[in-house]
Amino acid sequence: MAANTQSAAVPVTVSKPGRAIWVQASRNPGVLIGGFVLTLMALIAIFAPLLGTVDPVNLDPVARLKKPFTEWFLGTDAFGRDIYSRVIYGARISLIVGAGAAILSIVIGLFVGLISGYFRMVDAIVMRIMDGLMAIPGILLAIALVSLSGASLVTVMVAITIPEIPRVVRLVRSVVLSIREEPYVEAAISIGTPLPLILIRHVMPNTFAPLIVQGTYICASAMLTEAILSFLGAGIPPEIPTWGNIMAEGRVYFQIAPWIILFPGIFLSLTVLGVNILGDGLRDTLDPRLAKRV
Amino acid sequence: MFAFISRRILATIPVMGVVAIVIFLLLRLTPGDPAAIIAGDSATEAQLMEIRARLGLDQPIYIQFFSWIWRLLQGDLGISIISNIPVSTMIAQRLEPTLALAVTTIIFAVLVAVPLGVIAAWRHGTLIDRAVMIFCVMGFSVPVFVLGYLWIYGISINLRWLPVQGYKAIGDGFWPFFQRLILPTLTLSVIYIALIARITRASVLEILDEDYIRTARAKGLTEGRVLLVHALRNAAVPIITIVGIGIALLISGVVVTESVFNLPGLGRLTVDAVLARDYPVIQGVILVFAFVYVIVNLLIDLSYTFFDPRIRY
Repeated sequence: MAANTQSAAVPVTVSKPGRAIWVQASRNPGVLIGGFVLTLMALIAIFAPLLGTVDPVNLDPVARLKKPFTEWFLGTDAFGRDIYSRVIYGARISLIVGAGAAILSIVIGLFVGLISGYFRMVDAIVMRIMDGLMAIPGILLAIALVSLSGASLVTVMVAITIPEIPRVVRLVRSVVLSIREEPYVEAAISIGTPLPLILIRHVMPNTFAPLIVQGTYICASAMLTEAILSFLGAGIPPEIPTWGNIMAEGRVYFQIAPWIILFPGIFLSLTVLGVNILGDGLRDTLDPRLAKRV
Repeated sequence: MFAFISRRILATIPVMGVVAIVIFLLLRLTPGDPAAIIAGDSATEAQLMEIRARLGLDQPIYIQFFSWIWRLLQGDLGISIISNIPVSTMIAQRLEPTLALAVTTIIFAVLVAVPLGVIAAWRHGTLIDRAVMIFCVMGFSVPVFVLGYLWIYGISINLRWLPVQGYKAIGDGFWPFFQRLILPTLTLSVIYIALIARITRASVLEILDEDYIRTARAKGLTEGRVLLVHALRNAAVPIITIVGIGIALLISGVVVTESVFNLPGLGRLTVDAVLARDYPVIQGVILVFAFVYVIVNLLIDLSYTFFDPRIRY
């Protein structure tokens, strides 16, 4: 506060409120480790063609089910496709689905949650719908949606997003309910600020920190769900190399060629672990209220 | 008290109503004619008309909905398109493996997770606490089916201690039945243990700061008594709550675990129905799972007064 009154005279840069928290977050070991893993995976996904890979869908009937750490770094599958190349290219789909589902559910959940938290009339109805959606097991809803609307990257992403939306709505709504009683919101109302502006300028920024935390968790669970959908045969079309698809094809050969499941499994687990650690680190620094609870 | 119970039971009706609407709309709002999807590519127009009439698709949508609900309330979940067996019969046939797996998993997970969480909170900040927290975050990160295959590879294929896959009904003897549930339980319970241990640790940690814990220690109670009677008992409500919320996680896990271990349960039924596009079965199973989730959480809400007498309604 003292800094604010002096800032005109003394040439000290006054950091915006909230800046400190980001600096703090960037020093958290969880954020650093998780961020490192995620960045590494993103680089692998982007530069997949440069990482000594061959065409991930190239069939080679002569080189079926070759062991790893031979001529083929991570072995080959039942069609003679190179597991290493497939796993590297598979990172693309996982990251796209994870990030896509997180962004999509946050955008929709933020909108619905802001409206629901502010208007009592809408709230009762919206929350009943969210309770109902939450009662349906997420994976079942997702596989039903995919099987009904046809498997593609977009339908899988949407199907994974829908079960995640209620959690975001609840989170945003709980923030809105507490913020709408704050004096600065009352002040904004009393000087006649239009309602959309109040929601966007004064209420919405308060949801960002918890939403970023929630977003990382959604990203982690979306990547797992994508793999599960592909694994069950209700996911992204099998000709696209995704970690789930590679593992699904390895099911039959598991006893003789366990590496087909093992390597994509390791990549998937490491990526999800990285995102989860990142989320825990962000939660501890950005959202101390939540950190105390869980 | 009675007023609360009846209000809480009534509150489940809108939730189940929304579930029913969502499941009903799943089939109606997806692009394409349901009759054409059901009949397959080679159907003639006459066959399509016949299917539409049989499913009531020629009626207005609200009539379709209410007649569906009416049949549901009478326990009629419809008839499988593929096998022509009533869906309720199919579910009853597949109930045992799923129920067995769910029950062993819940028991095992609670027995492991609660002590883990209590010890982690008690030895807060030590190596044990760290180890528990690392186990928890790993448990959330390793996909259920990868874990399942690792167990099969290590225990069944390499060590040959347990059968690889499959299921034996409890009627065929307890040991063959139980033997085939060990690995599925170990697989499914990991994520559940992670969830419960984390909440147990957090809530016990909070309780250990309370004045009455200091009082209990000051009057010379043993640590065991302080932890179990004073701390754990007061931390019971959030733990029980998470066991209930975790049922959703468990149901999702059941679907995957049954596929990995070839258990002929409800999860396997769902996956087969999805692959065969057997819509009445998909709807029926999802409805039953959602119903179980709602009922379990209702019972847990009602049990709060038992675990925490301070809660009065």
